[in-house]
Amino acid sequence: MNLRRDVFQAIADPTRRAILLLLASQAMTAGAIASNFDTARPTVSKHLQILTRCDLLEQEQNGREIYYHLNSEKMKEIADFIEPFRKMWDDRFNKLETIMKKYKAKK
Amino acid sequence: MEQKTKINAQDGKQDLVITREFDLPVDLLFKAYAEPGVVEQWMGTKVLKLESRKHGSYQFETTDAKGSKYRFNGVIHEFSPNRKITRTFEMENTPFGVQLELLEFEQLTDQASRLNMHVIYESPAKRDQVLQLPFAQGINMAHNRLQDIVSKLK
Repeated sequence: MNLRRDVFQAIADPTRRAILLLLASQAMTAGAIASNFDTARPTVSKHLQILTRCDLLEQEQNGREIYYHLNSEKMKEIADFIEPFRKMWDDRFNKLETIMKKYKAKK
Repeated sequence: MEQKTKINAQDGKQDLVITREFDLPVDLLFKAYAEPGVVEQWMGTKVLKLESRKHGSYQFETTDAKGSKYRFNGVIHEFSPNRKITRTFEMENTPFGVQLELLEFEQLTDQASRLNMHVIYESPAKRDQVLQLPFAQGINMAHNRLQDIVSKLK
């Protein structure tokens, strides 16, 4: 239970959400991630630590560098990424259908 | 229950397909894309310009709950009534780039039609970023609501 609450707290922070979105497309080092933010590097490190602690991120050693990547299994637990996008279009199309049915009736 | 709106987005690809069947004749479905007044209603956006013809262009402006304005624009490459629209789409002042949209309108029966929307992005990464936008906003909204409730408790 506690762990679950931690995950949702982790993604409630805008910087941490931005980090997750950034890593959605590729694995990156802490330095590369930090270069995307105006925030001080230690702050970004702290965000990475929190995300790693709730298993949303995984670390991978590659030579001397540590790469962070998304733990997609854990991300799926939070939400299916595509579902909100599908829902957005579904809502729009439902509206379209309702409006055009009225449009038809008016004619 | 089967979902009415389907999205096919394969891993690592830079495109996706949105499919939806409507209880509408194809000409009414097409009108919903061609007439500015109708577009405004179902897209929930202001239409600054919509030239529904080949080489025409369009620009929309959406205002969010906080009053921030977002603009979208594109150019129409093909406009074949009740059949096909090919156009570009761009969210202004965002890093998502330009996407190519191929919209195919298909008559199923007198009273039913299907829309096939093939969207091609600049790269797989950009596609995934756009896909995740509603996710990011949704979480953000949930968080704002939570903050509202918490602040009222104080």
